[in-house]
Amino acid sequence: MNRSHPSARFANIVLLQILTFCLFVGGWEAIVRGFGISKIVLPAPSAIAVAFTDGLLSGDFGWHLAVTMYEILAGFAVGALSGLLLGFVIALVPLAQRILYPYVVAFQTVPKVAIAPIIVIWFGYGVSSKIVITATIAFFPLLANTIMGLRAAPHDQIEMLLSYTASPWQVFTMVRLKQALPYIFVGLDVAIVLSVIGAIVGEFVGAKAGLGYLILQKNFNLDMAGTFAILIILSVIGVGLHALIGGVQRRVVFWMDTAGERVTGA
Amino acid sequence: MPEAVPLARVLVPSMTAPRPRLAPIDASRDALVHITGLEKIYDTKDGETIHALKNVNLDIGSSEFISVVGPSGCGKTTLLKILAGILARSSGEVTMHGRSLTGPSREIGVVFQAPVLLPWRTVLQNVMVPVEVQKRDRAEFKERARGLLAMVGLAGFESKYPGELSGGMQQRVGICRALVHDPSFLLMDEPFGALDAMTREQMNEELQRIWTESRKTVLLVTHSIPEAVYLADRVVVMTPRPGRIVDVVPVDLPRPRTLAMHNTPEFGRFVARIRAHFNSAGSLDA
Ligand SMILES: Nc1ncnc2c1ncn2[C@@H]1O[C@H](COP(=O)(O)OP(=O)(O)OP(=O)(O)O)[C@@H](O)[C@H]1O
Ligand SMILES: [Mg+2]
Repeated sequence: MNRSHPSARFANIVLLQILTFCLFVGGWEAIVRGFGISKIVLPAPSAIAVAFTDGLLSGDFGWHLAVTMYEILAGFAVGALSGLLLGFVIALVPLAQRILYPYVVAFQTVPKVAIAPIIVIWFGYGVSSKIVITATIAFFPLLANTIMGLRAAPHDQIEMLLSYTASPWQVFTMVRLKQALPYIFVGLDVAIVLSVIGAIVGEFVGAKAGLGYLILQKNFNLDMAGTFAILIILSVIGVGLHALIGGVQRRVVFWMDTAGERVTGA
Repeated sequence: MPEAVPLARVLVPSMTAPRPRLAPIDASRDALVHITGLEKIYDTKDGETIHALKNVNLDIGSSEFISVVGPSGCGKTTLLKILAGILARSSGEVTMHGRSLTGPSREIGVVFQAPVLLPWRTVLQNVMVPVEVQKRDRAEFKERARGLLAMVGLAGFESKYPGELSGGMQQRVGICRALVHDPSFLLMDEPFGALDAMTREQMNEELQRIWTESRKTVLLVTHSIPEAVYLADRVVVMTPRPGRIVDVVPVDLPRPRTLAMHNTPEFGRFVARIRAHFNSAGSLDA
């Protein structure tokens, strides 16, 4: 075995990952069958696979998936954009910081799950209430990271620009904005994953469609295999969106190996 | 450095014969900069104060080359930043062209102690920062920027990013950036500290040539006493905190100076006179 060759090592790691997965799924299957565990308690992987393909082929998942994706993306867009904008205002206008920030922090300490029922009452059982809930959750990571990022510019870079007679606006566009980008991407990454949670929580509280609504239905019918199949879809959505943000980040913030400090918020 | 391009071609396309230079001057007449009673007191975060500069008086003549030496922490960078207009003085007066200094000037080019390059800009884009900031003609200055990079041995590195360069290479990019807009007053904070001895000597020669050909005023902070002597009309010697000027040594060695001069007794006498201050101050870091 050529230990030193990086691609060979990578192949080994992939092999190990596949092996681990097979062992995990195989063990699961063996335990469920071996102990005769009821499918209402824990479905076997094979049963989940059947439920998964059934759901996809019947077009049952498709519609609900579309609804949930719409809620996730629209809520994320609204929340992230407003977080970004308010972040700019607070970072750039000291007075806004003084006046607005206490409210923002107070708002942040309220668990969004707790206000979800109120939002459903205000905005109804349709998609709009889910978008609002998702937006409230996606808002804070961007707000906090934008504020932090806009203050992250090293003093010596600012001094360097100033020594060449740069205006405050030039300092802003040439350094501060650039230095904020890694932080903003951390915010986007946290926000997109939370947006998936936001949409599902909203649907749990009261909905007419969506994957969260579907989970409740399957649960009600004791269709555990179907519930697990939807959970797989949800994690694929989460991982996919996370990877998408990561891909854009690597292109935009190409000069950094690792992202800046992380500010989470839910 | 492969194929260093003579600076004459880069900076002064139609160069006339080198102008005769006056020997070290009583700068008060033709002074570009007057520094009188300059004080700088820093307030630190834990409520203490640091007296960084104390009663600094210095006149810098137009086209004069001044070297500043002094132990670490004696306020050299502080003095340079005040002259660059990016640090407020606590008291005293600094005038440039007879007017009180209130902020940065387009006429100044600063080489910082650390390279301070912007990691998202290529080498060439970094050198072009002053041109962009000052909204000068980009096409025209781009050629100049390339020429400067070639001069410091970085031809072919124009589209690399700073992260791909060594510390010494980054420092040379910083030097090009300070020169690109052709400032008449060059402030350099230990610009050659990160360079190996060979490159350093070459850069010293280039700097002497730049200065001879373009008649810039230069204030060079350095830790190397021989470097200070080699380049300067006058060497300013500073003491440890609170930073004061203890001596101003006029160096009347003939120009252009050559590396061979390092071994002459005259040169040695200047070095010894300056070094004596360090010994008496109990600090030998230079
Ligand atoms: N922003 C600051 N706040 C507080 N104190 C400072 C600040 N900058 C510098 N000082 C202090 O002022 C003194 C002079 O600093 P300065 O950087 O000018 O020294 P220097 O002569 O350039 O040193 P070196 O040769 O090591 O670069 C030091 O004691 C330093 O601790
Ligand atoms: Mg210094």
